[in-house]
Amino acid sequence: MVLDDVAIRRALVRIAHEVLERNEGQSRLYLVAIPNGGVPLARQLAENLRGISGLELPVGILDTTLYRDDLTLRGERPPLRRTEMPSAVDDRIVILVDDVANTGRTIRAAMDALMDFGRPRAVQVVALVDRGHRELPIRIDYVGKNIPTHARELVILRGRDGSLEPPLEVVVVPKGGDA
Amino acid sequence: MGRTLIRRGRVLDPSSNRDETADLLIEDGRIAAVESSLEVPGAQVIDAQGLWVAPGFVDLHTHLREPGQEYKEDIASGGRAAVAGGFTTVACMANTHPANDDPAVTDYILDRARQDAPARVLPIAAATKGLEGSVMTEMSAILRAGAVAFSDDGKTIMDSGVMRRVLEYSCMVDAPVIVHAEDCTLVGQGVVNEGPVSTRLGLPGNPAVAEAVHVARDLLLAQLTCAHLHIAHVSTAAAVELIRRAREQGVHVTAEVTPHHLTLTDETTLGYDTNAKVAPPLRSAADVRACRKGLIEGVIDAIATDHAPHAVHEKDVEFTAAPSGLIGLETALAVVLDLVRSGELQPLELMRRMSANPARILRRAGGSLGVGAAADVVVFDPHQEWLYDPAKGFSKSRNSPWAGQTLTGQVKATLVDGRLVYDFARGVLAP
Amino acid sequence: MIGRDLLGIEDLDRMDLERILETAERMQEVGTREVKKVPTLRGRTIVNLFFEPSTRTRTSFEIAGKRLSADVVNFSPTSSSLTKDESILDTARTLDAMAPDAVVVRHKVAGVPKRIADVLAAPVINAGDGAHEHPTQALLDLLTVYQEKGRIDGLSVAIVGDVLHSRVARSNIYGFLKLGAEVRIAAPPTLIPPAIESLGVKAFTSLREAIDGADVVMALRIQRERLDGAYVPSIREYSATFGLDRTKLRFAKDDAIVMHPGPVNRGVELSHDLADHRPSVILDQVRNGVALRMAVLYLFAGRPLTAPREA
Repeated sequence: MVLDDVAIRRALVRIAHEVLERNEGQSRLYLVAIPNGGVPLARQLAENLRGISGLELPVGILDTTLYRDDLTLRGERPPLRRTEMPSAVDDRIVILVDDVANTGRTIRAAMDALMDFGRPRAVQVVALVDRGHRELPIRIDYVGKNIPTHARELVILRGRDGSLEPPLEVVVVPKGGDA
Repeated sequence: MGRTLIRRGRVLDPSSNRDETADLLIEDGRIAAVESSLEVPGAQVIDAQGLWVAPGFVDLHTHLREPGQEYKEDIASGGRAAVAGGFTTVACMANTHPANDDPAVTDYILDRARQDAPARVLPIAAATKGLEGSVMTEMSAILRAGAVAFSDDGKTIMDSGVMRRVLEYSCMVDAPVIVHAEDCTLVGQGVVNEGPVSTRLGLPGNPAVAEAVHVARDLLLAQLTCAHLHIAHVSTAAAVELIRRAREQGVHVTAEVTPHHLTLTDETTLGYDTNAKVAPPLRSAADVRACRKGLIEGVIDAIATDHAPHAVHEKDVEFTAAPSGLIGLETALAVVLDLVRSGELQPLELMRRMSANPARILRRAGGSLGVGAAADVVVFDPHQEWLYDPAKGFSKSRNSPWAGQTLTGQVKATLVDGRLVYDFARGVLAP
Repeated sequence: MIGRDLLGIEDLDRMDLERILETAERMQEVGTREVKKVPTLRGRTIVNLFFEPSTRTRTSFEIAGKRLSADVVNFSPTSSSLTKDESILDTARTLDAMAPDAVVVRHKVAGVPKRIADVLAAPVINAGDGAHEHPTQALLDLLTVYQEKGRIDGLSVAIVGDVLHSRVARSNIYGFLKLGAEVRIAAPPTLIPPAIESLGVKAFTSLREAIDGADVVMALRIQRERLDGAYVPSIREYSATFGLDRTKLRFAKDDAIVMHPGPVNRGVELSHDLADHRPSVILDQVRNGVALRMAVLYLFAGRPLTAPREA
């Protein structure tokens, strides 16, 4: 285990401050979570932002599966997750929230999806964990923790009993091993 | 002609009820002796150790497609398929192009057979002109030309008045009238047996009652007219029951059943394989059981293949568009041996239904290995497993539901008139 | 896991059905966006091989394919070599040589999609074959019921009309039974398929008994040829005994919904009133059809091609 629930909460408080600092004076922020891991993180982040600044931000969920670049390489289709976008993205500063950033391909897919929803004024990215191993020129703006790993390892955000309910933790497991 | 000695085979002779290991000597085209051990210097020897020796099979019902549809089969190729399957005599149906409804066509068929067919070919002529079901054919003239029976098979005589007169007239010439008993108006568009399978397949069904209605009608008419009625390809329990009761009442009726109706059910069509599309259709498990029982009990007298070749491109279409029929000469033995393997029928009794009974129905010699009988003999290995590939068979066509399957029971040698016409190692040797 | 082709509901199990329906719900959301298009099947070719004309189903598949960014090609008999007597299977083999990523097949003879699937490397999706199956129609019907009622388990479903000739009926029977509903059919005796109860449904010749307490009443289309005396004496008699209107619907549950695969023969299977208003959900069925077909194309098309089963 590399991050426990307390560490995650602390990181999200720090990130909330960073977001506000960088986007000083901006009122059109929109948190968009990449499911599944990004969802509890985005919700907590939204709460933090409200707590610090009183800002009420919309929180959306954007499944990127349909935009993946590796679908036709696999035999079985991955299951689709729910997308809920309560607000339009036009002219918003969209803050994508993902649990683990790795190759950057998921973020790339999320940006393509976002562009089909409208024209955001800007897109910034939050990742709780950055593994490195980038294959595309994608930059993470707000990182919870940098964790160097082997390509053969998996980094997983998980909650109680296999769900994403708190307490959350981040663990590193070998591929094919028990999560 | 020389002498041939078939040694140490299990000799099965329905004419004398012989079932024992013996040596069989053939001389000048006839059976000369059958003894437990024969020494015949100078004779050609066929070693039948571990094999069964029986009278050559007689097929009451084949379609040789000549004249007119030689791309599917002709008398030569059909004859070759026959001897490869152990059949020394085949009777061929009249639904050719032109139909065999005239002495000239009968003559033509016999002539072609004499020249090119290794097996004996007996033409069955049409009962009505053009198989149209309205005007009788010249039965007397056609019989003189060499036909052995009358049938509109392929079609049914729907007009009961016409059927009655056909049966009545046939009494005069004393030849069997063979019926394809199916009421077309009940069959409708049906292509598979009506029942759970047709419902699952979503295809129009051909109900068992379509056969029963005409079997009943024809039996009553036969009773009225004292004709010899022969019911082709019985497929339903209802028909078997009707025939049983008619026999008890003394009606002169005989019946045949195909290898496929003895072993395959309508579930064979569940993958829409057109090679399982046949008329009458493959029926339910209960019908198959009843047909087997009918054959065993003697209600059904004979096995006949209804060998019906169709070209590959004709069958390679959607189910409703494909012609009905499957080839059967080369697989019949292996398929019907199932009745022996299951213990339902003794080998001798199976042979009776493959040769002696069909020959009797056609009023021809056959089905005997007695001294003096014509030497039409088949030697086969009832245990030999082999992979059936119709493309490698002798028939021009390949429409068989057993394609690609491993069958058990294989012909090793076939003799017609004492001549070896088929040898497993060398193929067809005559004419 | 899901097989290569979608030939019928009979071959799917409960898990497969749920998976397809869940995926369809996700696709419904795509239909609510400004840009109703995702790049998922970009560069893939989907061929609609419709031997039997059908504007609705074909258009639905076309829209579904285009929303997934696929290239959709319509191939219908009149514009092909079929008029020159090229057999169905030769047409399929020719098509296979052009390496499509999926082929959607409709034919008036049962079994054609299966035979085509035997010779193609590409996955085959059955868009209706004879009286056999119409899986995507049943799936969109299941989706519609699921969204209206919140579940399918324990529901009572009545299917009314020419069941004998209906592929929609058969596919729905399999689908609803596999998801735990009770299914009844109502039809004149001449239009009830032989041994239909062996599929697990109860057959009635009385509309009233069949829809008694039903949650869903599905009316099937009856073709004119059947009404001209061959199976049923007349339209008048048919609509009097099996046509649905508000009065007869009273025997179903108060919140029962009415469905129809379309197009509706107004005044025959459904009264004009029912054809256009609640509780009929016909337009929802059509709307769900696109999302459902997007789900089917997502799940079946564009996977790595396998070798054909036959040469």
